Amino acid sequence: QGKFTLLRDTRTDGSFLVHHFLSFYLRAGCKVCFVALLQSFSHYNIVAQKLGVSLTAAKERGQLVFLEGLKSCLDLLFGEGEEQSGQPSPLQFISESASNLKALFDFVRTSLTPTGSDSWKGPVLLVDDLSVLLSLGATPVAVLDFIHYCRVAVCSQLKGNIVVLVHSNEDSEDEENELVVNSLCHHSDLILWVEGLATGFCKDVHGQIKIIKRVSLELTAEQDLIQIYQYKIQDKNVTFFARGLSAAVL
Amino acid sequence: AAEMAAAPAAGGAARGRGATSFQRKAAAGSRLAAVAGTRPSVRHGQLLLSSGVPSLDCVLGGGVAVGTLLLIEEDKYGLYSNLLFKYFLAEGVVCGHDLFVASATEHPDNMLKELPAPLLDDTCRNELREEATAVKSEDLQGSMKIAWRYQNLPKMEASPTTSTKFGHYYDVSKTMSPELYQSIKWHSFYLPEELSLQPKMKICNMNSAYARLLQSIQRIIYQEGFDGSDPQKKQKNILRIGIQSLGSILWGDDICSSDTPEDVHSLTKFLYVLRGLLRKSLSACIITVPAHLIQNKAIMERVTNLSDMVVGLESFIGSERETNPLYKDYHGLVHVHQIPRLNSLICDVSDTKDLAFRLKRKLFTIERLHLPPDLSDTVSRTSKQDLAESAKLLSSGCGAMAIGKKHLDF
Repeated sequence: QGKFTLLRDTRTDGSFLVHHFLSFYLRAGCKVCFVALLQSFSHYNIVAQKLGVSLTAAKERGQLVFLEGLKSCLDLLFGEGEEQSGQPSPLQFISESASNLKALFDFVRTSLTPTGSDSWKGPVLLVDDLSVLLSLGATPVAVLDFIHYCRVAVCSQLKGNIVVLVHSNEDSEDEENELVVNSLCHHSDLILWVEGLATGFCKDVHGQIKIIKRVSLELTAEQDLIQIYQYKIQDKNVTFFARGLSAAVL
Repeated sequence: AAEMAAAPAAGGAARGRGATSFQRKAAAGSRLAAVAGTRPSVRHGQLLLSSGVPSLDCVLGGGVAVGTLLLIEEDKYGLYSNLLFKYFLAEGVVCGHDLFVASATEHPDNMLKELPAPLLDDTCRNELREEATAVKSEDLQGSMKIAWRYQNLPKMEASPTTSTKFGHYYDVSKTMSPELYQSIKWHSFYLPEELSLQPKMKICNMNSAYARLLQSIQRIIYQEGFDGSDPQKKQKNILRIGIQSLGSILWGDDICSSDTPEDVHSLTKFLYVLRGLLRKSLSACIITVPAHLIQNKAIMERVTNLSDMVVGLESFIGSERETNPLYKDYHGLVHVHQIPRLNSLICDVSDTKDLAFRLKRKLFTIERLHLPPDLSDTVSRTSKQDLAESAKLLSSGCGAMAIGKKHLDF
């Protein structure tokens, strides 16, 4: 409870982890607020169905609050001044010069604050992906502030979890992005770092995942626990195995 | 609620693309008629369009999916990227799709007149058959005596196999006859004209040229019903959008001309809003970007993340590779930087990572790059260095699958 998990990918696509966490938390009965900035609702829905969860049903019973970033942005720009019950758009920062993600945070907080009739287990905030906010004009400081406010609201106050996906690259020239990613790494309780194999493309092993449990944050003078596995993504499943022990090799 | 893209997916489920919710189809009989010039993808049930170059379709995993963006990083003089741009539009004409062409350099009306002519079925098949027989006659020169174990292995496919029913071939030396393109509906956006019409306007702090273009695209999508907003429209069609040299100085953006651009976010905001428009309509878009001019590499990284497919072209013109015997058969290299994973955990990435293109005898093809064996007796320094350079290229893959570190020397 109250954990911040960072999903990080380098030179590969870590979105399979997002799909996993989404279906995992929904199946566990948690209330999920999903800020999906890069893909449409139907994309996640189709993959979630393969993983055994229906997002439409979850939305209907109030378990899932889905912010479709693309649609919200279009409503903001071409919405012809419609105001939905006076609430500002969560992505308001795109059109305003003040790079202030407060509207987005308010959206997250209102969606995850339990109402009287809710019987869900802990709230979960899922973000895919944070690097897009930088592309849309938010400053790194604003993004980090947003995450900080979310942590206070979701992790500390509501005892929920947060899972965030970011992209990073060792020789990336995107300094703002690296700043955000490094800062988040320092504050995360668990980091799942997905990378391509150092030897290049392989059909049977799609990459390696480094699981870093930040035990050092607990101030018990212990080192972080690092585990490395390799993985292969299939149509409905991802298989993990120890390094060098891919089924293709054995 | 209107269904957008019909696909014969398993279980008879239809993929809804609009703002409407996902709907399950009751019976296969009530499926909508397929849209002309498209075919459903086996992987993710999305409708695919041909990019106009069948070998590029293979590389992209079958074609350009409806609702996605294909970004081409221009080669140095823009020759080959312009060609791909024209192929995409020409394919739209041949399939009967609607076109939306935006450019800041030349008027779209003139561009339309210069589209390549499609090769009719029999002439095209003859050309390809000539190629195949030329190759076969060399192979039949006798069974292998030394490497006889390799006798029965399948022959190497130089060009990715395609079925010519989806996608067409074009003759670059001839222009399309006016009858063909006069029958389709197309919209043009020529920036100098548009800017003179209305005074400058700004939406969400974006470059006004981009803002104007977005408004134009959104208006066409809405008015022509590509987003399913007009349920009366029975005959569904695709809108092919082509935007030429986006990000260049002619669009009013200084990312190509300055190390520290004034507004770093305009292009990425544009791409994000465009992505939203594409996702909710029956359309597909090709954009060429002069990436080699953009000094701030962070912008290209963000642009890549916001696009679905990214293909970079590197031509040999003017470089030392033009005369290098290693590359004598080719005109340039193709770098596939990104392939999308749509509606699925996996994507259709091709095994071939080393791709090159050539424009020969009126046909533009993308093929697996074959480096000839290094048979020199002495180890010449220049050729070894070049091989190492190409090997570095070879070890890099596309963004959808994992890319390894720099060239490792075994």
